[in-house]
Amino acid sequence: MTMFPDLLPALPEILLAVGALALLMIGVFVGEKSTSLINGLSIALLVVAGIAVIAGPGGGVTFSDAFILDPFARFMKVLALIGSAIAIVMSIGYARARKFERFEYPVLIVIATLGMLMMISANDLIAVYLGLELQSLSLYVIAAINRDSVRSTEAGLKYFVLGALSSGMLLYGASLVYGFTGTTTFAGIASALTAEGASLGLVFGLVFLIAGLAFKISAVPFHMWTPDVYEGAPTPVTAFFAAAPKVAAVALFVRVVVGPFAPITHDWQQILSFLAIASMVLGAFAAIGQRNIKRLMAYSSIGHMGYALVGLAAGSEAGVQGVILYVSIYLAMTVGAFACILSMRRREGMTYEINDLAGLAKTHPVMAFMFAAILFSLAGIPPLAGFFAKFYVFLAAIEAELYVLAVIGVVASVIGAYYYLRIIKIMYFDDPATSFEPMPTELRVVLGVSGAFVLFFIIFAGPLGGAAGLAAQTFFPTG
Amino acid sequence: MSEWPILSTIIFLPLVGALLVLVIRGDDEIAQRNIFNVAVWTTTVTFILSLFVWINFDSADPGFQMVERAEWLGGGITYHMGVDGISMLFVILTTFLMPLCIIASRLTVKTQFKSYMVAFLVMETLMIGVFCSLDLVLFYLFFEGGLIPMFLIIGIWGGPRRVYASFKFFLYTLLGSVLMLLAIMAMYWYSGTVVPCDASAGGIAATCSTTDIVKLMDVQFPASMQFWLWIGFFASFAVKMPMWPVHTWLPDAHVEAPTAGSVILAAILLKMGGYGFLRFSLPMFPLASADLAPFIFTLSVVAIIYTSIVALMQKDMKKLIAYSSVAHMGFVTMGIFAMTTQGVQGSIFLMLSHGLVSGALFLCVGVVYDRMHTREISAYGGLVNRMPLYALAFMVFTMANVGLPGTMGFVGEFLTLAGTYRVNTWVAFLATTGIILSAAYALWLYRRIIFGKLEKGSLKDILDLSRREQLILAPLVILTLFFGFFPGPIMDVTAASVDQLVANYEAALSAAGQLASASP
Repeated sequence: MTMFPDLLPALPEILLAVGALALLMIGVFVGEKSTSLINGLSIALLVVAGIAVIAGPGGGVTFSDAFILDPFARFMKVLALIGSAIAIVMSIGYARARKFERFEYPVLIVIATLGMLMMISANDLIAVYLGLELQSLSLYVIAAINRDSVRSTEAGLKYFVLGALSSGMLLYGASLVYGFTGTTTFAGIASALTAEGASLGLVFGLVFLIAGLAFKISAVPFHMWTPDVYEGAPTPVTAFFAAAPKVAAVALFVRVVVGPFAPITHDWQQILSFLAIASMVLGAFAAIGQRNIKRLMAYSSIGHMGYALVGLAAGSEAGVQGVILYVSIYLAMTVGAFACILSMRRREGMTYEINDLAGLAKTHPVMAFMFAAILFSLAGIPPLAGFFAKFYVFLAAIEAELYVLAVIGVVASVIGAYYYLRIIKIMYFDDPATSFEPMPTELRVVLGVSGAFVLFFIIFAGPLGGAAGLAAQTFFPTG
Repeated sequence: MSEWPILSTIIFLPLVGALLVLVIRGDDEIAQRNIFNVAVWTTTVTFILSLFVWINFDSADPGFQMVERAEWLGGGITYHMGVDGISMLFVILTTFLMPLCIIASRLTVKTQFKSYMVAFLVMETLMIGVFCSLDLVLFYLFFEGGLIPMFLIIGIWGGPRRVYASFKFFLYTLLGSVLMLLAIMAMYWYSGTVVPCDASAGGIAATCSTTDIVKLMDVQFPASMQFWLWIGFFASFAVKMPMWPVHTWLPDAHVEAPTAGSVILAAILLKMGGYGFLRFSLPMFPLASADLAPFIFTLSVVAIIYTSIVALMQKDMKKLIAYSSVAHMGFVTMGIFAMTTQGVQGSIFLMLSHGLVSGALFLCVGVVYDRMHTREISAYGGLVNRMPLYALAFMVFTMANVGLPGTMGFVGEFLTLAGTYRVNTWVAFLATTGIILSAAYALWLYRRIIFGKLEKGSLKDILDLSRREQLILAPLVILTLFFGFFPGPIMDVTAASVDQLVANYEAALSAAGQLASASP
């Protein structure tokens, strides 16, 4: 029986796909002159897709059950779209100053975002791979977008080789899972596991699957690429990498382990606990010695993914709620931090030395204040947003009685606080260095919104927590 | 009056003041004066409003008063405010000292005046919030949030080793507090199995998780769980207090902080630890508190004797006072865990008196530091010849620090010792030697700075207290003596709540005892 699939649940994805192709056509015909037009149109396209997600249907399954739309998917899609749109906004001034304006850049971001949305909605191992590769291949190219720079091309190549390896592992895991359950659909895997329990081969497959996913969110021990790629890629690209793809990969991670593998929670709980502990501890210690702020942000993101995994390791509704809130808040903090990093520009060019921030409180008081608020928030100090992010994931870990994980996690957060404090110390306690150029308008707006989110999160923590809770209920229908 | 949310008003009024200060533009003399005026008026109005809280407070009622409640995070975590006899006077102490700190900083802060005032006003909001919160998460928020402004106050306006001191302060306190946070979470989930839901909550579950302090006080946690929860809270409060051996951040922070920062640290931040023990550890974990009281006694006695001896040997005035603070906090923890009415009353009184006296002592050090720019004890001597008023004020506070009868310090120390004596004679005996040592270091400090001949050339032209300094120190002198002779007003406020605290504690212990004797 062949039926034409119901396209309505996938409307945002279809919009993005058609739009990206159209933009590509415009770019090819008009040439480099069209870059600012395409930037604008891409942002508009992402906004329209976001509206389609919000205004569109609340749920549904289509494409032979390979594609699922549920409250969780809608929540995460909105986040990914916001992250991608902001990444394009932040790249405009940088690309203009560096003279590598290319219309492909926004188009590639749109295509990568399409991949992300497909990942978030994946309901079948094949759909997982499809979305993941669409996103990853776009990201490899974006990493190397500045093709005249050796650093950028090196970053792209490194990312590609290691990314291909991890995709291979993921595929291998998926094929093992298929071999032992006889199906690739999530519902089929879940029912097979409930009926027969987990065989050793299936757990093997699960391990490979998790290894592939852990690479995408750069959890230890699959993190090695992160500092090099973050440092080597052009800064707006780093800003993009740190935000939206992380959201999508975490969403996919949640969907894969909490969905089909829910019957064997105990098996993957151990793996995730280890990944979380290793990421938090390495993120905390390795960042201490960094002098380059992009490398520091790379280790910081490794640590933060560790905290997100704490909530996932709990494997409960509270845990998934914690993860959703964590990535939402992490997204807001990260874009703000990168808006500051992109503003570290002197007349002679960009600088990434942390010491060059010295005395920022005197030369750029507003930027320093906002950056300090974001850094305190990244460290998880109340009453800022980052505290609530950590609060909810650890709350879930305590509920799941993962006490060792929780204690190591909070101690790692204290150690991690040190390097955030060090940046604040350099900005506030040290004597001013040469002043930076004034911040471009678009970065001011991004930083302002991000800073306001971090500072005033306490007021709307209730409603946002409730929304995340609703999204988390997707996986726990009875609870 | 009961309709108006007066506690929220005094909590958030300083924050409004901070926002007003933020919008004042410019860095010249006029702008500074405007900023100063806004800050002084905000804190003064806050103080006056907090006096209304005192006036409306019903001393006979041991429960929480002026309660406010609103939805906040959902899931049993609410915005819940209220004061009882234990917390009320800490609120007054905070609002009383803030205007003095602001006035004392007017001429001494040279750089970034605006940020300084903003930091202090935000600090006030957070400190009052700590004492009024009736929800654990809310409490934690205020408790930890204070780290940010204090870190900046020490780090930006502090002395030469300010970076080291600010980091040490921040990381020490944070490490203790995160363990408390985990304990709070564990309590949250446990309460979900025993606390009945609010009628308004709806739903089918009979029990709901909550972090409401009032509800959690009725929860009897299992004995083994109490132990771990107690340890979690202890980790936080012991660092904040600070108790020996985790006190080492305090001398550094005190020495490097600007004068007003030291006052806030000594007078209010340290009291949060003692307040936490009274608010959480005793009522919620009575069994663990009883089991671990000998442990606290040991640490307290070591703190009293050891840090007093260390204080004797200090060359820096602020460091000496910092160590004396640790010793006094030893009396406080001892009195709290004696768990007698006298001991607990004495502890609260001692915390309040230490708040006034140590704050005043730091202000006194600030007075001579502003003139000579050194805190070395050996750089002074014979100040009585040029500064008679200063010598008088300093003497009152020194005597109060020693615990001379007739000053505020005596009442608290006497009551804690009397309360402890009934429970453990040896602890009381050893602690009493600490009083002798405190007399030794405090009087010796006074002799070296104030008495003797005025021999140092640099001191020949030193001026006595200015009008501004008289204005700051006079109320502190008056209160120190007044409450020394008439401790009644303070005792009346605390009595009912303390009686209830001790009664509940003993009831919980005897209930557990019967349970233990009933089972074979």
